[in-house]
Amino acid sequence: MLTNKAMGLIFANMHSSSVGNMTAQRTMASLPFAGRYRLVDFCLSSFVRGGLREVGVIVKENYHSLMNHLGSGKEWDLSRKIAGLMVYPPFIGSLSGTVYHGKIAALYNVLPYIKESGSKHVVLADCDHVSNFNTAELVNNHIDNGADVTILCYEQQNKDEGGLNATSVLRDENGRVIDIDFNRPPKENYLVSMNIMVINRELLIELVEDAYSHRMIVLERDILQHHIKDLFINTVVYDGFVRRINSVQSYFTSSMSLLEPDNRKCLFDPLKPIYTKVNDDAPARYGIGCNVKNSLVADGCIIEGEIENCLLFRGAKVRSGSVLKNCIIMQDTVIEEGASLSYVIADKEVKIGKDRSLMGYESYPLYIQKGSVV
Amino acid sequence: MKETIAMLLAGGQGSRLYALTQTIAKPAVPYGGKYRIIDFPLSNCINSGIDTVGVLTQYQPLELNAYIGDGRPWDLDRLEGGVHVLSPYQKIEGSDWYRGTANAIYQNFGFIEKYNPEYVLILSGDHIYKMNYSKMVDLLKKTDASVVISVLEVPKEEASRFGIMNTDKDDVIIDFEEKPEFPKSNLASMGIYLFRWDVLNKYLEDDNNNPNSSNDFGKDVIPALLNTGKKLVAYRFEGYWKDVGTIDSLWEANMDLINPNVPFDIWADDWRIYCRNPGRPPQYVSNDAVIQNSIATAGSSIDGNVDFSVIFDGVEIHKNATVRDSIIMPGSIVEEGAEVHYSIIAEDVVIKKGAKVGERPENMDDIENWGVSVVAAGLTIGEGAFVRPKAMVYDSVGEGEEC
Repeated sequence: MLTNKAMGLIFANMHSSSVGNMTAQRTMASLPFAGRYRLVDFCLSSFVRGGLREVGVIVKENYHSLMNHLGSGKEWDLSRKIAGLMVYPPFIGSLSGTVYHGKIAALYNVLPYIKESGSKHVVLADCDHVSNFNTAELVNNHIDNGADVTILCYEQQNKDEGGLNATSVLRDENGRVIDIDFNRPPKENYLVSMNIMVINRELLIELVEDAYSHRMIVLERDILQHHIKDLFINTVVYDGFVRRINSVQSYFTSSMSLLEPDNRKCLFDPLKPIYTKVNDDAPARYGIGCNVKNSLVADGCIIEGEIENCLLFRGAKVRSGSVLKNCIIMQDTVIEEGASLSYVIADKEVKIGKDRSLMGYESYPLYIQKGSVV
Repeated sequence: MKETIAMLLAGGQGSRLYALTQTIAKPAVPYGGKYRIIDFPLSNCINSGIDTVGVLTQYQPLELNAYIGDGRPWDLDRLEGGVHVLSPYQKIEGSDWYRGTANAIYQNFGFIEKYNPEYVLILSGDHIYKMNYSKMVDLLKKTDASVVISVLEVPKEEASRFGIMNTDKDDVIIDFEEKPEFPKSNLASMGIYLFRWDVLNKYLEDDNNNPNSSNDFGKDVIPALLNTGKKLVAYRFEGYWKDVGTIDSLWEANMDLINPNVPFDIWADDWRIYCRNPGRPPQYVSNDAVIQNSIATAGSSIDGNVDFSVIFDGVEIHKNATVRDSIIMPGSIVEEGAEVHYSIIAEDVVIKKGAKVGERPENMDDIENWGVSVVAAGLTIGEGAFVRPKAMVYDSVGEGEEC
């Protein structure tokens, strides 16, 4: 039998509520990002490059767009004879009949599958952090140090990210975690967890069974914090590009930070490619009289108007005479002639009519829901 | 059993593309910002409902084989059928290269027999067009023809460059002339033949047994069919079609994509052109860039001036560089202050600072010396070097040199 060092488990719905209507019809994992990706792509690509051949995606609700995106997992090379990609809907496990609440119940629900796995370790990941982390390094560090749990962390540079959804950890001089803090801006000397961690599989099973029978809910609080003295919780510090998405505002600033060449270089290192579902768009077309400045443009876009500091997803159309500044325009959205937009996030398949004028503000970008007609 | 299967002739060297086909077959030549020529017939097949395609390769097949792979980008990874690369192979009576187009098909009868189709569609890998082949099948059934040949109306004055089909009032072909000096009609053969399998079987067998034959569809098989009274019907294709066999025509076909007056739309959702995706992040256009009338693909970054050009994936156009009326293929870099005019730059070329490739026709004293410049894949054009118009560059050009 094929044995792997580690299997991966992705929580698709965690933190969905933090970005408001952006996840009205999708999971956090399927939130579109960077012109052609969805948040889950960053995690999946890192897993696959790190040698994981068995990845489960735990979904709870609103997961149609995610299923559609993932398909058989072929785009991530996870369509395998043995293991590969598996999506776990809520009604499959020991809790059948109810939708679970909290990560512990979610894990309890899929315990039979975790028990079947031949892997020694499990990498658990939420999809709220965008980065290009190194799964192999994380798993090897975990093994080499003989840790029970290893959390991937970073030093929060950007104060704007605040504390929502933040789990921060304090380490002693040996790197061992001695305190875990939740939902507030990280205190001095605390590192922020990327909500990605490795844990020994058998230990995970034991901890989840125990926690579930005690009606515990939150993995970080009720397992890690609870056992902080008797578990060896170690950390690996990631120092590349990372952004936490915990609000519409942080979605906006994280997206816009990709206009910086250094950030792109780090997130889209050609040696560490991010895989995604292919859309078969034609190249982007820049029309006569268009004016494009400091923008990221995906394939299939047709630009006839003026754009500055914008991020255009696949198939977005900007008609002549329209002016877009500081906007994120998602897939197949059309901006008609003469429209003027500033600090707007237009979701997929939105239509902005002729001569419409819409304006958000840097600290409060205006979000327009999927399929809206303005 | 399949009703129609396609056989795509992709073995041609494309010798008139010179430096561009040194190490790749013509159908693998990049086109239109993210495609290769072969994407068009393959996409046409799947869009026409043909899910079984044999691709016949011979010249420099490595890159083409890798590109086609399992056929998934074109939805041609099938349990039954799908796309198959067919190379010349050794037989018990010895081995043989493909001698002519008809012989290439003849040597792969085994492949066709496996599917035992009603009809076999013969395609070539050198044309850019969107076409619904099922209309040819409908016409063949309706007219009870043995063969349907796709034809295009070309301007009378250009007709002598093509194989010309002379037809009666019902579009039944009565005569075929290869590049006639005095063409009797303006219906040019597009090199797309739909055969009844039994007819193809018999005539290619005969052709193979004829020692005087050059084993070519146009030169031998079609005349033989006409001479023996078979019913050949012309299918009149309307729409954009371009043979990209020469440097000038390849350049033009790329430019046609950005010309709003040319009715060729690869953005339309109803007939997508599929390709193997390079999987790169979106393209970036900086504050210093000026880009208009152009198309560009994922992974490229544009800091300079780009006008009337086709930019492939991973291309970098640095600050103050100028690219006009040119095609820059994947991974090439145009450094600061360099200029590229009326050129085709193949893959992974570096054009160093201040170098100049090509020239604008309006700057020429003698227009006879003007033409599209071509730089072969992987070369470096040194700092301040100059590549003359119409040049075909096979080797790197040193700093300040002229070529």
